[in-house]
Amino acid sequence: MAKVKGAIVVDTERCKGCSLCVVACPLEVIALAKEVNLKGYNYALQVVEDKCNGCTSCATVCPDGCITVYRTKVE
Amino acid sequence: MDKQDIIKPENLVYKKPTLMNDNPMHYCPGCSHGVVHKLIAEVIEEMGLENKAVGVSPVGCAVFIYNYLDIDWEEAAHGRAPAVATAIKRLWPENLVFTYQGDGDLAAIGTAETIHALNRGENITIIFINNAIYGMTGGQMAPTTLVGMKTATCPYGRDPKIQGYPLKITEIAAQLEGTAYVTRQSVQTPAAIRKAKKAIRKAFENSMQGKGSNLVEIVSTCNSGWKMSPVKANKWMEENMFPFYPLGDLKDKE
Ligand SMILES: Cc1ncc(C[n+]2csc(CCOP(=O)(O)OP(=O)(O)O)c2C)c(N)n1
Ligand code: SF4
Ligand code: SF4
Ligand code: SF4
Ligand SMILES: [Mg+2]
Repeated sequence: MAKVKGAIVVDTERCKGCSLCVVACPLEVIALAKEVNLKGYNYALQVVEDKCNGCTSCATVCPDGCITVYRTKVE
Repeated sequence: MDKQDIIKPENLVYKKPTLMNDNPMHYCPGCSHGVVHKLIAEVIEEMGLENKAVGVSPVGCAVFIYNYLDIDWEEAAHGRAPAVATAIKRLWPENLVFTYQGDGDLAAIGTAETIHALNRGENITIIFINNAIYGMTGGQMAPTTLVGMKTATCPYGRDPKIQGYPLKITEIAAQLEGTAYVTRQSVQTPAAIRKAKKAIRKAFENSMQGKGSNLVEIVSTCNSGWKMSPVKANKWMEENMFPFYPLGDLKDKE
C-alpha cells in the first residue's frame, strides 16, 4: 500500500510562537524552538523529520498563516 | 524519503491564502481574528470574487484588517459598519459586501445599526467576532461578557444585579424577517474551522443571490484580555462560552 509522507515549512519570522499548531498536530511533529526570531518569539519548527503525514491541521489552525504543507505518496 | 524531496510545488496542499498579504498582523499571538481572516480570504478566492469583494472594517482589534486582506475596504465609525455596508450594497448590487465586527462594535455601540440592517434584509453578510470582551481597549466588559466572567471593568466577575445579562444578538437576529441565514461557529480546531468556512461561504452566496441578510457569529478568544495562554483560552472557550453560546445554525431560509 502507498504511504503518505508530509512535510511542513514554517515562516519562522512571521511566527508568533502561540503553540496552537503544536497542540493541533496529532503526531507531535512540531515544537517551539529554544531560539527566538527578530520579534522575540520562540518560533515553531518541525522537529521530527519522518512522522508528518501532511494532514494540514497545524496550518489550518495557525492564525498568522505561517505554515505551508506538502504531501506525497511513496510506494 | 528526504524532507527536501517532499517540498516540491506539485506536492503543495496548504498555504496562506493569496489574498492575505505578507504584512505582519498586529494581533496578539494565537488570536482568533487571524484564523477568521484566512477563511474570508479563502472563500473569496474560491468564489472568484477577488475583484468584487468589498469589506467594511470595524473599530476594535480588527480595525486594520484592510492592511492584511487585499480586497476593497471601507472603514466605518464604531458600530456603523452595517449602515455603511447597506449603502455600498445598494449602490453596487453586483458586489460582495460584508462587514467584520467585534462584539463591542456590533452588540454595544452598533446594536441599532446591526438589528435594523438585518431586519431590512440587506443583501450583506455580517461576520461577528464574539470574544466576550473589548479586546482593543484593554479588556473591558462587553454586553456579551458571561455572568461571573472577570474583566477590567468587572474585576469581581459580571454580576447581573449590577451589569445585567449577556446579550445574545444572534438569537435576536434569527427572529427577524429580513435574515436568510443565521449561524454560530468557532475556529479552535481544524474541524470547527472547516465548518465555519462552509458557513461563511453559504452566507456570501446568499447575499449574492439576493436572499437577504446573513449573520455568521464566530465564538472567539481574546487570550490577552482573558489573561490566558492561547491554548488555555481555547479550552476555556469550549468549557465556558459554548454552553451559553451554543454552536450551530439558528436559521436557514433555503
Ligand atoms: C465612538 C467610539 N467610542 C469608543 C471607542 C473606543 N473603542 C475602541 S475599540 C472598542 C471596543 C472594541 O471591542 P470589540 O468590538 O469587541 O472588538 P475586539 O477588539 O474585542 O475585537 C471601543 C469601545 C471608539 N474608538 N469610538
Ligand atoms: S501536517 Fe499534520 S502531521 Fe504534519 S506537522 Fe502539520 S499537523 Fe502534524
Ligand atoms: S500556530 Fe502559527 S504563529 Fe502559532 S506557533 Fe504555530 S506557526 Fe507560529
Ligand atoms: S487584544 Fe484580544 S482580540 Fe485583540 S488582538 Fe489581542 S487577543 Fe486578539
Ligand atoms: Mg470583542
